[in-house]
Amino acid sequence: MDAVLDNLDTFRQGFITTLALTVVSTVLALVLGTLLAAMRVSPVPTLRAAGATYVEVVRNTPLTLVFFFAVFVLPQLDIRLSFFVFAVIAVTVYHAAFFCEAVRSGINAVGVGQAEAARSIGLTFTQSMRLVVLPQAFRTVVPPLINVVIALTKNTSIAAAFGVVELTAVATRLANANSDAVIAIFLGSAVCYLALTLPSGWLAGRLERRVAVAR
Amino acid sequence: MSILVRNATRRFGDFTALDDVSVEIPSGSLTALLGPSGSGKSTLLRVIAGLERPDAGSVEIDGRDATSLPPQRRGVGFVFQHYAAFKHMTVRENVAFGLKVARRPKAEIRARVDELLELVQLPGLADRYPAQLSGGQRQRMALARSLATQPSVLLLDEPFGALDARVRKELRAWLRHLHDEVHVTTVFVTHDQEEAMEVADRIVVMNHGRVEQVGGPRDLYEHPANAFVMGFVGAVTRLGEHFIRPHDIEVRRQPNGTTSEAMVERLVHLGFEVRADLVLHDGQRLAAQLSRQDAEELELAQGQIVFVRPSRTRQFAEAPAG
Repeated sequence: MDAVLDNLDTFRQGFITTLALTVVSTVLALVLGTLLAAMRVSPVPTLRAAGATYVEVVRNTPLTLVFFFAVFVLPQLDIRLSFFVFAVIAVTVYHAAFFCEAVRSGINAVGVGQAEAARSIGLTFTQSMRLVVLPQAFRTVVPPLINVVIALTKNTSIAAAFGVVELTAVATRLANANSDAVIAIFLGSAVCYLALTLPSGWLAGRLERRVAVAR
Repeated sequence: MSILVRNATRRFGDFTALDDVSVEIPSGSLTALLGPSGSGKSTLLRVIAGLERPDAGSVEIDGRDATSLPPQRRGVGFVFQHYAAFKHMTVRENVAFGLKVARRPKAEIRARVDELLELVQLPGLADRYPAQLSGGQRQRMALARSLATQPSVLLLDEPFGALDARVRKELRAWLRHLHDEVHVTTVFVTHDQEEAMEVADRIVVMNHGRVEQVGGPRDLYEHPANAFVMGFVGAVTRLGEHFIRPHDIEVRRQPNGTTSEAMVERLVHLGFEVRADLVLHDGQRLAAQLSRQDAEELELAQGQIVFVRPSRTRQFAEAPAG
């Protein structure tokens, strides 16, 4: 227990890195995923095919491999960024595919009539997506979206193996240094992850109830 | 504004929804596309709206080729059978939406929406959500929404199909009224011949993806081009090659040489009219329509033997389609 309390500051820094990685990647992945979902339902066949290919390739590739690509292949293309940014790229690219599929199921649930009605009163495809279809789609997909957010939070731990000193990396280092307190150290890191994921679950519940009223 | 559809064909896989259809819809008219399900009437309407692309053929709206224009650039208003109300917006927001997206001044939008809500008789419900409206109210809101951007053409796809019979009747009369006030070229799809007859001034009868006949309600009823139209726009009985309307059957108590014997199988009282279901001696069935007075004078009763003679029949060159 002392090993945890003595290193609270190191834990705090790891926690903040994990939090930053989670929040930044979630926002970017949600935007990219929504764009991909819009592509997958667009009237342009090339866009549909591109969206479908992205999803199929990315979601069937292990996240560790995606990390390898970001961390080892991008520098060879003369793209030099910090390990943190590479981690953001890997986590974003991977989870965008899952966000895409969740949002797409919501778009399909809205019904084609809504988009057609929007088109017939003068909206372009992009406007009808942005103003009519997506606002309604998000209401139906809060629970699956939160599932992806929770998975994303936990998946950031893979960044530990790629040079990012986040929660899992901190826990591993401390455990190596204090072999007598391994259990306490990993329990401490588990508590930190719970502090991130449990509020997501609560938020999902609250959003769902609010949306149920507005519908 | 007039609409001209030329040689439009649309296939869905093996199914031909539109088979080389050409139709002209004059400016300012109220036209019904009438036909059974699968006849292509909705597809034709969606081709006019741009929601469906024809595989071949062209669409002209107001003299301008619109075949490759997306729906938002055709100047059409579209009303759906299931309203397609924007559920996340209030009635006012729904109606104002097209104008808001077109970036019209706020004061103008407000005035136009108020005027439209007045027109569709929903002024008190502006701040409700669609879920808080009845079906008839929702459809009137959808109508106001489609009229807001001042379309040159108003298209309605089975607009009253999801409503109960009483509301449907009300809205029919109301649509007729609205058209007399607004004069926008209107096309609506229906499978209900009574609705088409009551509301439209021109009817396009469709079957199997083709146009069978175009004409006024009375025209179609009195001069049907073929057996299908005759059967679809009114009740009809077929005896051999002859097609007979139920009110074109003379019923007598005594034979007169030209009559056939029949038995009254059932009498149905429909307010002013009485329908007698008859069975001829050879087992063929025939429905005769009489006024209540005639039925009383003949003292018709179930099981009675009467003598009938068609006063007017029609024959068509070809066998009825479908």
